[in-house]
Amino acid sequence: MALLEVRDLRVEIPTRRGLLTILDGVSFEIAQGEVLGLVGESGAGKSISGLAIIGLLEPPARIAGGTVTLDGRRIDNLQREEMRKIRGARIGTIFQDPLTSLNPLYTIGRQLVETIQTHTHLTNRQAEARAADLLKQVGIPAAESRLNAYPHEFSGGMRQRVVISLALCAEPVLVIADEPTTALDVSIQAQIIALLKRLCREHRTAVLLITHDMGVIAETADRVAVMYAGRIAEIGPVGAVVNRPKHPYSAGLMGSIPTVERRLDKLPQIKGAMPRPGAVPHGCAFAPRCGYSRDLCRAERPELYATEETRSACFQYDKRWEKAHA
Amino acid sequence: MAARTALGRLFGRVRQSDLLWSFRSSKTTMVAGVVVGVMFLASFLAPWIAPQDPYDPASLSLSDAMKPPVFSDRGFWLCPGGYELREGACAEEAKGSWQFPLGTDDQGRDLLSTILYGTRLSLVVGFASIALAMVLGIGLGLLSGYAGGALDAFLMRVADVQLTIPAILIALTLDGIVRGIVSTQRHEEIALFVIVFSIGLSLWVQFARTVRGSVMVERTKDYVAAARIIGVSSGGIMLRHILPNTLGPVFVISTINLAVAIITEATLSFLGVGLPPTQPSLGTLIRVGNDYLFSGEWWITVMPGIALAVLILGVNLLGDWLRDALNPKLR
Amino acid sequence: MPEAGRLPEKPAAEAGRPLLEVENLARYFRVMAPWVERLLGGKRPKMLKAVDGVSFAIPTGRTLAIVGESGCGKSTVARLVAGLYRPTDGTIRIDGLDAVHAKNAAERRHIRRQLQMIFQDPMASLNPRWRVRDIIAEPIRAFGLVKSRTEIERQVAELLTHVGLAPIDGEKFPHEFSGGQRQRISIARALSSRPRLLLCDEPTSALDVSVQAQILNLMRDLQREMGLTYLFISHNLAVVRHMADRIAVMYLGRIAETAEADTLFAAPRHPYTRLLLETIPDPLKPKRDREPLAGEVPNPLDPPPGCAFNPRCPFANDRCRAERPELKRARAGKGWAEVACHAVEEGRI
Repeated sequence: MALLEVRDLRVEIPTRRGLLTILDGVSFEIAQGEVLGLVGESGAGKSISGLAIIGLLEPPARIAGGTVTLDGRRIDNLQREEMRKIRGARIGTIFQDPLTSLNPLYTIGRQLVETIQTHTHLTNRQAEARAADLLKQVGIPAAESRLNAYPHEFSGGMRQRVVISLALCAEPVLVIADEPTTALDVSIQAQIIALLKRLCREHRTAVLLITHDMGVIAETADRVAVMYAGRIAEIGPVGAVVNRPKHPYSAGLMGSIPTVERRLDKLPQIKGAMPRPGAVPHGCAFAPRCGYSRDLCRAERPELYATEETRSACFQYDKRWEKAHA
Repeated sequence: MAARTALGRLFGRVRQSDLLWSFRSSKTTMVAGVVVGVMFLASFLAPWIAPQDPYDPASLSLSDAMKPPVFSDRGFWLCPGGYELREGACAEEAKGSWQFPLGTDDQGRDLLSTILYGTRLSLVVGFASIALAMVLGIGLGLLSGYAGGALDAFLMRVADVQLTIPAILIALTLDGIVRGIVSTQRHEEIALFVIVFSIGLSLWVQFARTVRGSVMVERTKDYVAAARIIGVSSGGIMLRHILPNTLGPVFVISTINLAVAIITEATLSFLGVGLPPTQPSLGTLIRVGNDYLFSGEWWITVMPGIALAVLILGVNLLGDWLRDALNPKLR
Repeated sequence: MPEAGRLPEKPAAEAGRPLLEVENLARYFRVMAPWVERLLGGKRPKMLKAVDGVSFAIPTGRTLAIVGESGCGKSTVARLVAGLYRPTDGTIRIDGLDAVHAKNAAERRHIRRQLQMIFQDPMASLNPRWRVRDIIAEPIRAFGLVKSRTEIERQVAELLTHVGLAPIDGEKFPHEFSGGQRQRISIARALSSRPRLLLCDEPTSALDVSVQAQILNLMRDLQREMGLTYLFISHNLAVVRHMADRIAVMYLGRIAETAEADTLFAAPRHPYTRLLLETIPDPLKPKRDREPLAGEVPNPLDPPPGCAFNPRCPFANDRCRAERPELKRARAGKGWAEVACHAVEEGRI
């Protein structure tokens, strides 16, 4: 049984212009210890997915349908108090900006101890020892003395390590990492990714890695889901999606990424832009920009159909494709 | 032709704008808006709609003095022999009438008319002093924020000093100086300017500070760099690029400070250092009526008092709404 | 269109002379604690050497990219060339003229007209209160290139079409556009005064991948059409691979290595360049079991003595810790590179 199961998740925001659907029936699973990457461009809904799972949607945004199940238990409809217990203890989070994830007024040690004691029954002394141990695990030199340091005394990469240790301190089964390396320098990014991978392997923690950086996904994830306009376009093993994408959007996306390997005369580009919530066309959201679209694509919304290696929300892989007209 | 289409476009934009929607979604704000709007309009049209011109001595008659408002049945009335509460004799004169719906003061002036004219004056002083404070504050704020360094430090110290001197003190000092220099008659003529100047001087700092903050944020933005690269002068950048981006908060502050200005003027007039009795504002009226409050002619103070309170409340509510409506974080 | 004012006496760039020449460029910032702290704590002002002796040249029609991580000074170099900062030291020559000490107002204007800049943040680079047509027309008006209103309108419409937008978009405000469209507007504004040198400060870093592809393609097309010269600043080596003819790698205010793009990627010589190439996650060549180099970028206020990279360099020796290396020509695969590294010079790597 999958550790985390998201079924048909829908998130809506009521605005004065009407009801906006920002997540439109998203489904995926994460197995124990697996790293699932959630990629997409800005506005595709990947951050919202993470927030919805962990119950941190900012009102008036709300979950309007679907279920989120952790270890067989539904967590999308819990009371606030119960969700709070799950947050941190069973699901850890790492956000993008290490500067704002840590409270600048308290020492690192204090924040660590506070988090540890919220989720375990350790005494102060034990919690401090555990905090120092965690800092050592994430590779911070002179861990004991660093407990008394303030966040601003750390560099960006170091701060992110502290945030990782905070996320893992209560031994959660799942970590949701939202753009954990985007704000960091390239050479530091690699360190953080390696650290995250190592720790999650050691602790058997599953990771939902949300990012727009395909390179990070290719190096870190086991499987990846590509999001487009609040829906999943393709989901499958990372090698398959990156190298042999079966959805026209994934293919376009992979193609448009410049690579160090060679210089092309022209980068393949997808014309147009992703539709905003509220302006999503009827049928397949990608159809207006797709070179292969047929009338079926404009009439109906595709499900996730099985291809050789992945599942793709494209009618090309549905049995009705041959009969459809351009 | 172009003007018409521009106006039409503006109207269309206003209709569809978030601002209008937010206005209509709050009953309090709409009521406040209507009330303030009515008061504005009425006071503006005072010369035409006031039943009586209270400043024209020829239209006054002492026999009309001290009449109670129309809804009052038991006014105190100056009967031959002194003040008396009568049910019987002088009872006819004791009733209020529609001729003077809010009563009259000791000179026989219709209170409704006086309030209309007084509100007008209060509003004129309010707007004028805000205008002065805006010009001064925005100008100095722009300079301070854009130039930075020593000029900024100096201007902000000047602002700090300014803040320690309340409007009333400025007004008293200025008024005293002016009275000492010019004749009484001349003084009465320029009293309006003295008041406006005093209140404006006491309010510019808030504008300056806000604008300075905005300027300091905007000046680091790339569009300013883009303008500098093509050689636009500092003045050009300040006025054409940065100024339009600082006006949002200024608008909110000016609405709220309008109420402050009106109250300050009323206070000054109440204390006797504001507008002279020949140009009574709401504050003057309240002062005049104060003497009669305990002898029973309560309406002479209370009526203008209510008018002032309603005006201030309305303006404040509108200011609150505007501040929340323009706050991008609350949208 | 004839220029207003007296034309500079020196002739325009002779054939073959680089459009932009930068020599020993330096920019130091004084970083001071508030004066009370200085008074009581005796803290001396420190010098932030944002750019510390940078030299390069760009021939007309080519693209030089400056790559490096945040804090290396690459953006400061662009702003120095643009004239937004005055250099603490060094020379900048644009079209053969000294850009820092212009002889008169006409010369200064002439120099300004040669260059334009595109910025990183699509939100902050356009004035939110101005209409798009005014934003694009501002350089035209500032340089007095065209007087008649209809002519300006026509040029603005043409520019909008050229960058892939519609003429009617001129009536709108910046917030009505997406990030990629705003960058197109920025490009249109930059082109309106017909510059020859375009300074691009991370123009696609804030954009999504597919939008980035559109903008990069557009920039390449424009360069080919209009013979533009680009100084392209970026931290993304893959983007730079696509855009640049020649690449300079910066670290802590200094250039570590400069080479033609093909040479740099085929045979990087400087250890920092190699670190950068190693650590970029490339989707087509993922390194799933990497053990990356440890170490942090040092505090620019307190750079290490000698070679700035020595604390993180596996090849550092005593000379590296004491003596600052200069850019020297070295063989790099089939080509040549300028490398500032003692180990390379000594033949150790």
